[in-house]
Amino acid sequence: METKNNWKAWLYLAPMLLLMSVFTFYPLINAFIISFYKGFRPLQNSIEGFTLLGNYLLILRNPLFWNAMKNTFVIAFISVPVSIFLSLAIAVGLKSIPKLNKFFQTIFFLPYVTNSIAVGMAFAVMFHKNYGLINAILERLGFAGRIDWIGGTSSWWTQMVALLIFTVWESLAFKILVFTSGMQNIDKQYYDAAKIDSASKWTVFRRITVPLLSPIILYISITSMIGALKAYNSVIGLFGIKLGNPSNSMITIVAFVYKYRAELASPGYYSYAAASAIILFIITVVFSLIQGVVSKKRVHY
Amino acid sequence: MDIKMVNLTKIFTSKNRKEVQAVSHVDLTIPSGKLIGLLGPSGCGKSTTLYLIAGLLKQNEGQIFFGDDEVSEMPPEKRGIGLVFQNYALYPHFTVRENILFPLQNLHVPKEEAKTRTYDMAKLVGLEEMLDRKPKELSGGQQQRVAIARALVKKPRVLLLDEPLSNLDARLRLQTREEIKRIQRETGITTVFVTHDQEEAMSISDEIVVMKDGVIQQMGQPQDVYDHPDNLFVAKFLGSPQINVFDSTIEAGKVLIDGMAIGATELPDQKVIIGIRPEGLQVDKTKTSPFKFEIDLVETIGRDTTLIIEVTSEESTLLDKKTFKAIVDAENRIKPKDVIHFVVKPEKMHIFGLDGNRL
Repeated sequence: METKNNWKAWLYLAPMLLLMSVFTFYPLINAFIISFYKGFRPLQNSIEGFTLLGNYLLILRNPLFWNAMKNTFVIAFISVPVSIFLSLAIAVGLKSIPKLNKFFQTIFFLPYVTNSIAVGMAFAVMFHKNYGLINAILERLGFAGRIDWIGGTSSWWTQMVALLIFTVWESLAFKILVFTSGMQNIDKQYYDAAKIDSASKWTVFRRITVPLLSPIILYISITSMIGALKAYNSVIGLFGIKLGNPSNSMITIVAFVYKYRAELASPGYYSYAAASAIILFIITVVFSLIQGVVSKKRVHY
Repeated sequence: MDIKMVNLTKIFTSKNRKEVQAVSHVDLTIPSGKLIGLLGPSGCGKSTTLYLIAGLLKQNEGQIFFGDDEVSEMPPEKRGIGLVFQNYALYPHFTVRENILFPLQNLHVPKEEAKTRTYDMAKLVGLEEMLDRKPKELSGGQQQRVAIARALVKKPRVLLLDEPLSNLDARLRLQTREEIKRIQRETGITTVFVTHDQEEAMSISDEIVVMKDGVIQQMGQPQDVYDHPDNLFVAKFLGSPQINVFDSTIEAGKVLIDGMAIGATELPDQKVIIGIRPEGLQVDKTKTSPFKFEIDLVETIGRDTTLIIEVTSEESTLLDKKTFKAIVDAENRIKPKDVIHFVVKPEKMHIFGLDGNRL
């Protein structure tokens, strides 16, 4: 009986396992192996030998990699909490306007179905120094000096602010959707009980909605943390292939990987890319594990 | 403090825009310090009435007073009520202590006082040992008592209970209803209790209010309502087994069922509906009564015996059902197929007009 069931289980799992083997496990293992090659020429498929940590040490000594690390971490640690908090607030707000709820839900979901490169270009226009919407609004509000957000004279700070605004805005849609449906699953009786118990709106949010939503908040924070660590589209969309001003100032880890992976003619660069991808993989796993452990105490299933 | 409802009306509009009067022009005064059972079949508006008192629903018309204080427009948190929900609605992520403490924290009761009040309340409901457990680690009856403690800890003016026993098994239900009665006595709080179970309502209420289709049918002490039902609905709703109802006529001061005289009345000649409580049928040992039947089934529980008579005739005057029941002393030792003559106790016979109202 048991063996028969096992046989069926494997059959059902087979298509997924096959696809994952081809597109996930094999590339992962292969990247791991490539990261140990010395002087790898992918076009000739030749190597000059092996090195255990050589490629990793080269990356860690590369200032561009540290720039990518800095940018990626700033994006992850600011955009993830900010967007979670904002989307929770919006989801709660949506709940209290039942009549327009569906309408606004649709509006908030639109960014999710739009191409981020296209949206990035729209944002690039909005942040333009001379005819961008942002500076126009700021001028109206009385801030006279036009800020060059992402142009030729912009600084790392203004570019990062623009990138964060774009990233947060782009990631709100999915979170709002998930939180809204999560809230619909909370029994209305708890809210009636809270009313009887004289709880203020803030108390209800803090002590009832958030704890009862905590499994979903955990899910969202892990997935969006992973997403933020892989940030790339948004940078290309907003700054183009120059990746900021001056070039590469807004580079992320994935962009770093891509940059070296694209230099097929230079021996060894392919291995740098593989090694940095492995580093990103380890960082991602570590963060997911930390979140899982930390939240075990705070999540109520 | 008493609760007064004046012309209270609640209308629900369904999706196809049909309007339903869930509570219809209710005038009701609930006396201070009493335990009142709000009783009726599903959909009779009893829970809606409770939620109107609580303020979780808003009336379309009418007013509600707590004592001299009008609360009609007051939000629930200002009314000073304790409410026990049908499914208890205990916060699943809080411990018992946190659940009971929650209303006090919201009212900014000083910490030390809140702590002692929480403990005292847990003691009152007999859960002082369970304070650090989560609701899901408690039995249904214990959860129920936590809900009562949470409702009472803020010293509300009124305690409202929505079908509080419906999720408990039979034995626990009996035990918990005594518990509710005891807690109500000890605290002396005006309590409204919603239930569809007439036995439950009658056993613990000081007074019962019977509702149907959003309209109050009758209010009074349980025994009074049982003995003197104002209409056929109340007569049928109270009592188990149900009252036996017959089409009948009054002729020259005699009540006739199928031509058999079963009692006397001073009412003028007319067609009427007669209700006879099962315990109102007594075995006529002289076998002279014309009211006789062949017994089909006998149910013995020791204390007394239920005789079940099946009526198969198409022209039967028995209303609503195919059988009627009599509860008689066990000493009669009646067996199926026996033909029994019955006499009817006059006080157990109720005469209603064809419109269902008592004559």
